[in-house]
Parts: sequence; structure tokens; C-alpha cells
Amino acid sequence: MMSRLTERVMFRSAELGALLALAALAGCKHSGPPVTGLKAVAAGTTIVESSGGHQVGVIGTTLKDPLVVQVNNDQGTAVPGALVEFYGPAGVTFDPATILTDSSGQATTSVTLGTIAGHYQLSAITPGKSKPASLDVVETALGYQQRLGSILADKYCNRCHDPESSPERVSNYDNLEVKPHAFTDGTTLNKMSEADLTAIILHGGPALSRSALMPPYGNTLNASDVRALVAYIRAVADPQYEPAGTVYARR
Amino acid sequence: MQFIRKRLSSGWHTLFGDPVRAFGVVSVALLLALAIAPAKEHFSQWHSYQRHYLAMIHDRGDAVSLRRRFQPGIHQIWLPDLNVTDRCTTCHLGLNEASLADVTQQPFRKHPVVPHSLDGFGCVICHGGQGAATTVAEAHQSERAGEQPILPVRYIESGCGQCHQNALPGTPQLNLGRTMLARYGCVHCHTIARPDGTKLVATDHPPSLMHIADKTTSEWIFSWLKDPQAYAASTTMPDYKLSDTDASDISAYLVSSSTPQAGDTATRNTKSAAPADSSAGPSLYGESFCSSCHAVQNAAGNLVGGDVGPELTRIGNKVKPEWLAAWLDNPRTYDATTPMPHYRFTPQQVATLVEYLQSKSDSDYGSGVHPNLATSVQIAHGRKLIVELGCAACHGINGVQKPENFAPELSTIGSKPLAQIVFLPGMEPSLPGYIGAKIRQPRAFGTSVKMPQFTLTPAQTDAMTTALLAQTNRARSMPDSLRVAATPDTNYQPAGHAGKLITELACFSCHRVNGRGGDMAPDLTWEGSAVQRQWLTEFLHNPNTLRPSLIRRMPRFNLSDSDNKELTDYILAVYESPSIDQDLAPSTARAAEIVEHGRQLFYSRYACQSCHIADIKTDKGYIGPTLTQVGSRLTAAWTYAWLRNPQAMRPGTTEPNQNISDDDAQALTAFLMSLRGPGGHGAKL
Repeated sequence: MMSRLTERVMFRSAELGALLALAALAGCKHSGPPVTGLKAVAAGTTIVESSGGHQVGVIGTTLKDPLVVQVNNDQGTAVPGALVEFYGPAGVTFDPATILTDSSGQATTSVTLGTIAGHYQLSAITPGKSKPASLDVVETALGYQQRLGSILADKYCNRCHDPESSPERVSNYDNLEVKPHAFTDGTTLNKMSEADLTAIILHGGPALSRSALMPPYGNTLNASDVRALVAYIRAVADPQYEPAGTVYARR
Repeated sequence: MQFIRKRLSSGWHTLFGDPVRAFGVVSVALLLALAIAPAKEHFSQWHSYQRHYLAMIHDRGDAVSLRRRFQPGIHQIWLPDLNVTDRCTTCHLGLNEASLADVTQQPFRKHPVVPHSLDGFGCVICHGGQGAATTVAEAHQSERAGEQPILPVRYIESGCGQCHQNALPGTPQLNLGRTMLARYGCVHCHTIARPDGTKLVATDHPPSLMHIADKTTSEWIFSWLKDPQAYAASTTMPDYKLSDTDASDISAYLVSSSTPQAGDTATRNTKSAAPADSSAGPSLYGESFCSSCHAVQNAAGNLVGGDVGPELTRIGNKVKPEWLAAWLDNPRTYDATTPMPHYRFTPQQVATLVEYLQSKSDSDYGSGVHPNLATSVQIAHGRKLIVELGCAACHGINGVQKPENFAPELSTIGSKPLAQIVFLPGMEPSLPGYIGAKIRQPRAFGTSVKMPQFTLTPAQTDAMTTALLAQTNRARSMPDSLRVAATPDTNYQPAGHAGKLITELACFSCHRVNGRGGDMAPDLTWEGSAVQRQWLTEFLHNPNTLRPSLIRRMPRFNLSDSDNKELTDYILAVYESPSIDQDLAPSTARAAEIVEHGRQLFYSRYACQSCHIADIKTDKGYIGPTLTQVGSRLTAAWTYAWLRNPQAMRPGTTEPNQNISDDDAQALTAFLMSLRGPGGHGAKL
């Protein structure tokens, strides 16, 4: 009655990582290990992450820390000499892509990210005794804009927003009455619109009735700096940020 | 033969036997010939991509608007000024389409956000490749006409570096690469000129070896030459992969050519000199903030400290105690241009530090090195090696001239034609691959290569490669209007006795003034307008820290009262900002209610306590300097001007410009000026 035009509304997720992950799962376009002469001398039943997941790197570059996974048996003890293969979406390369676990049951590889900014779901697979065991880890690649944001965040924001302290940069987080949100706090920040994040950066906390301890940066940062910061906040959010997407009307 | 002729004549007859038939055949041939051109286009690669693009957008919600913006045919970005003829957009159809952000399929991806528009600069300026080509292979991989294939994305910042000679905030890799080219001594041997003709200047400080025998022994020089990293992991001195004989001959020449210099070694008379205070060594080392510039490896193997001066982990293995005493007494006797300050230590302090530093040694280091007494043949061979290896390009060496243009010029290395490069087996056959391999493993290119082995991380190698790839011919042919010049250090030198003091104290190793100096400590160009005389005098006598969270701090120099006054006078008189007039400071009538209003603004409206401490009992912020005594430290005029616009006073400061109104800034200034420390808090002015 209201309108004879029925509107079909399509929500499009621009989440690159999701698509990449899908692509990887579908097995259509992923990079994986070449056939090597490596022969497993043992087999485990589970594979767990030791370190190197959840890193934030830059597109096309090698991640700072290697990805280390461990193969365990039923009892949870490390298995040396088990075969581990690493897979990732198109563009990701591993060095090495196939490796046997060392004496402590660990397999280490250095990961070079692809050229698209977004999340990369990587898998480590070990053949196992009866069925293969696999592990998924997610790494994040920053593009030009997001990395500019990360540099600005380091200069202006992280002294308060990052609770981690280092000798070179002591965090001010603990000294603040109202605790700022870490930029990785996707649970909170994903709910804020880009306009709200921009407003709070430009005009300070009081602009959105939040803490006055957050000062305004509207006279210090320019518009593209603020866009870069927002892009960075979106890129490192955990859980991952899923934009509402553009809404298209169709007859 | 007969048979072939027969077949030919029958064929001729079939096709052209009578006029009507001949006319038909010729017509068909003509039609086919005419169809070649459209068919070629129809089956061309770019046409197929355009069809794929249309198929891809067909099902999208925004198909109508995407299709409206789509133009069939070959696209071209033509920028004669930049020598750009790019047809990349013929296939890369979605580069400017914001709504295609979710498309991962190439060649239809949207271009990520960058500061420049595609239409203004084209594609190949940053990405390399052949812009005019219309096939994938030709555009991406072709090496024709000395051009380069597409640049891998990890070196993409080199594109920025062609115009931008300054350090951009968004190009950390390029900035690091350029810093390293200057810091690792590359430019001592290689000339690297920017497109405007200015040359990259070295920022390291390779020591002169003219008096080396005063400082250390031939045994240490031998061990050092054999493996510099074994002595100091953080050194920028590369490994020349010398044989034992060569290292010992070079060491022999350096020692034999070294001339003693008066004052280089202090005779340590245990009776007259003050005795060392053994227990005070570590605390004196800490108080003097040696670690702001010098690093020491801790028990966990991590380097702790700055990288301005050499690492001191094994200093006891290297230097002679009597040299060290003379050096600590006055470093400028040995090296007139050293970045090390003249601390004016007392004789006892010198003895204490010498004892403490000598204890930093590794008994295993250099053990078993007992070179024979050098013969004249060995010494002559050592000199020959020094000339061949170009040691004098970095170090001052008696009897050896500094070589000019010792190594190939790298000003246009980013345009080196691939045809001129000999690739090693297993090496990535591209220019970045070649440059990276040259930096990583120079000696792999042949035994005659003199370039030494540097110890670099993969990220450092990539950064240097990026900086070198920016050195292109295209950069030189860019219009001047597009060039953003570098901001090299000025050669500012303060005059008079104060100028001499500033040189002796090596203030510019940490502070920057008028465009010269380091960035470890605040820029002092306008310090004279900022601080009060009494505070400055006291601070120079005993620098108390303003930012408790910093680990690098101003060391204490034992300045005499007259030197202190000289320096204070100079800073206050000369380092004044033209925009600050002390006489026009905000009203001095700071009534109690204005101060109170300022206090409220400080704590509520501007929430300064998130970064500063005004009241030690309640405030906790320690990003900015502590303000409990700011009323006796800063001038009112500076404070007011700073509050109005911090970046105008000190560009790049992290304090945000809060656009504070004139009235509010006056009230805040009044409040801050009332903070005069524990004794004078709230004192009447």
C-alpha cells in the first residue's frame, strides 16, 4: 500500500578478510606448499599456536615475528619430526611452506603478507595419524592509509590508549580515571559509527558526552589524518570490524 | 612435377575460371581482409577484460551507475609534463570506483586510498611497468627499452621518494632507508645525489685513526677487523672478510703510522691523582646519562641505551686506561668533532669512570691473538690493502689520501637497465632483487668486489633498497614544481665564548637549534623566550628531570659559575622568538579569582591533568612535563603563546592545539604561573 515499488535491499559486506577466507576455504585461489621431499617421521593429533598469530603487518612485507605452531599427540606432548604444511590466501608466501617439527615439536615459518589490506586467515595442517589436524590463525595487513593511521596513533594516541608499557614509552593508561578504549577493542569500537569516531577525534570526548580527558585534535590533525586513524582503528579491531556496507535500492 | 602443375591449374580454374567466379572469390577475400582489424580488437586481451568487467558489475546493486561510468575502448592518462602515457585504466576499470571496495578480483580492484589522484599522476610513476602497453605481459613484465617491470608492492614507497626528498609521515620504510644510507657510511664511498643535485650527506662519525695507537692495541685492531660484530653487535662497521694475514698487516700499518698527540694519554700517577671510588662507578655512569648515547648489552643479551656513541659492552678490551682517562677529561683533545660532550669531570670522577668502564670486558674476547712484531714488508702490505679497500674513504689515516668517488655513483641506480646487470644464479632477476642481493651479499658477486659485508635485518635491507630505487632518471626529469626538497641540517654555529661552550658540551648532539642538531631533546631555538633566568641557571647546574617517564635525560656538567652565566645569558638573549614579546605578556594582575578560574579550566574544560601533573597529590598524567613548578620555570608570555598554539611554538609537538580562547588562555596562564613548587605553591606574585 505504502509503495508499489518493492525495494530489495542488498547488504554488501566489504569485508575483505571474509572473502579471502572464503576463497581459501573453497580452495580456489590459495598459495600453499610445493611438493617437497620432506617425509614425516612422526605424527601428532592436534596442532596449536605457539606464537606469531594476530600480528599487524604491512601489505607485501614479511611479518616481524615468525609464525610458530606446535604439534601435539593425544597426551598433549609435543611431537618432533611431524610434517606441517602452511596455507594462506593468494599472495601470502611462507618460508618454508612445508617443514618438519623440531626437537621441541615446533614448526617455524616466516610469513609474507599479500598485497591487499585486510585480514589473512592462514592455516597450518599436519597429516596426523588417522585424519589431518589443522589450525587457523589470522594476521592483519595494513595498507598505506591504515599504516599512516598506525604511525599517527603511535605519536598521538597510544600513550593513553595502549595499556602496554615499554621502557621507551611508558603507558599513561593506568593514570587515567576513565579508562580509554584500546584500539583493538572491537567489541566497543565496532559499534561506533565512522562519524562518531571522527567527531570524538576532532572535538574530544565531551563531543559525545564522554571523558574530557580525551582532548580534541581538530586543530592538530587534518581531515586525511583523521580518516587514516579511523581506517587504522577499523583494521586492528578484534573482533573484526564488519562494515554495514552500502545499501542499494533495486526496482 | 607434371602432377603439381596440373593441380595448380585446376585450382586456378576452380577459383578464377570465369569472371563471375573470380569476382566472388576476390570479394570474399576482401571482406576477410577488412574483418581483420575489428576481429583483432574483439579478441584482444583488454577487450576481454572489459567484457568481464561488465559481466562482474551486471549483478551488483549499483550496476546502473557503474555501467554509466564505464567507457568502452582504450583509456589513456596522458601527462606530457611527467612523461606519462598510461593505458593501465583500460583493464584496471575499478580503480576509482569507491563501491568496488569488496572486489578482490584483479584487474578490477579499487585503488587503496593514497594522497594523490590517478588522473594527476598516472600509474607507472609509482608502480613501474610499461604504461603504454595494452597486453598484460607487455605492461607488467616487459623490459623493453631499458624500462623496468612492475615494482613489487613492498618497495612501493620508492615511488614517493622520486619527488619527496623530505621525510614523509606515511613512508617510514623510505625514510629509514635514506637514514641508513647516510648512517651506515654508504655515502662515504658511493655518491648519491638527489634530483636537484644536492648530495646525501653521511651522518655517522667514523673515527680518525691518525692517533689510534694512543687509544688501543694492535691486538684489538686485529680482532676488530676480523669480526667487528663480535666486539660490538650494534656497530655500523662492516665485515671485510679479511684473512688473518691481511688483518694483522692492516693493524700493523695503522699502529706504525699512528702519531702520538699531546694530551691523548693521561699519565696516571696514583699518588697525585684522586683515587677511584669503586662503589660509585655504576651510579656515576647512570647519573651522567652515558646510556642516553651509549648502549651496553645486558645479561639477557639485549642492547640497552642509545646509538649515538659506540657500544660499551666490551670497552675494557679495547681502550688503554690512560687514553680513556684523557678522553673523559676532554674528548676534544683526541677528536675535535666528536659528538661526546666535555663533561668537566673531577679527577676523581674520571678515575672512577675509568675503573668502571675498564671492568666492562670479556676475558674471552681476542684471547689467543699474539701478532708477531710487524716487519716493514707487512706494514707496506697493510698500506696497500688500506688503499685497495678504501678504508680512508671513512677514516682519517696517516699517509693515505681520502679516495674520491671510490665506489660507483648510485644517483640513478633506480633506472639501471636490466640488460646491464649480471644476475647470479638463484637471484630474483629484477632490479630490486639485484639491489637487495648486492646489499645482503656483496661478495657473492665475485672475489674482486671490495664492498664489505654489512649486518642488516631483512627489513633494513628492504628499506635501503626502497631508498635506492627512488633514485631514478624519471625523478630528474620531473618538473621543479613537483619537487619537495629535503631539509638538511643547516651549518648554524653559535658565536663567541658561548658558542665555544655549546660546541664543547656538544649540545647539538641532542638538541636542535636553528635547524641543526639532534632530536633526542627539545628544540632550543626559542628557549630564550620560554624559560626564566633563575630556573635556567639552576637547571644548567643540576638538571632535574621534567618528564619522569623518560629514560634519556640531560646529563649534569660540572660547569663553572662563569661558564654557566655565559651560557644562560647567551640562551636568553639569542634564542628568542620574534613572535613573543615579554612586555606584552598577559595582564600581570593575577587576582585570586582568575587563578581559580584557570584552575577550573585546567581540570575540567581542558582536562590537562590527563597528560600533566599540576598537583603531585591528585594528578597522575606524565606524558607532558610536570607542571608543579612551571610558574618559576616558564615565562608568562611563552606559556600564553604555547597554550594558544603549541605547534606554532614547537612544530611537531604532541600536545594538541585545543583552540583555547584568549580569555581562557589568560586564566590558564595565571593559574600555571601560580604553580611555584612545593615551597612556593600558591604564593603571591
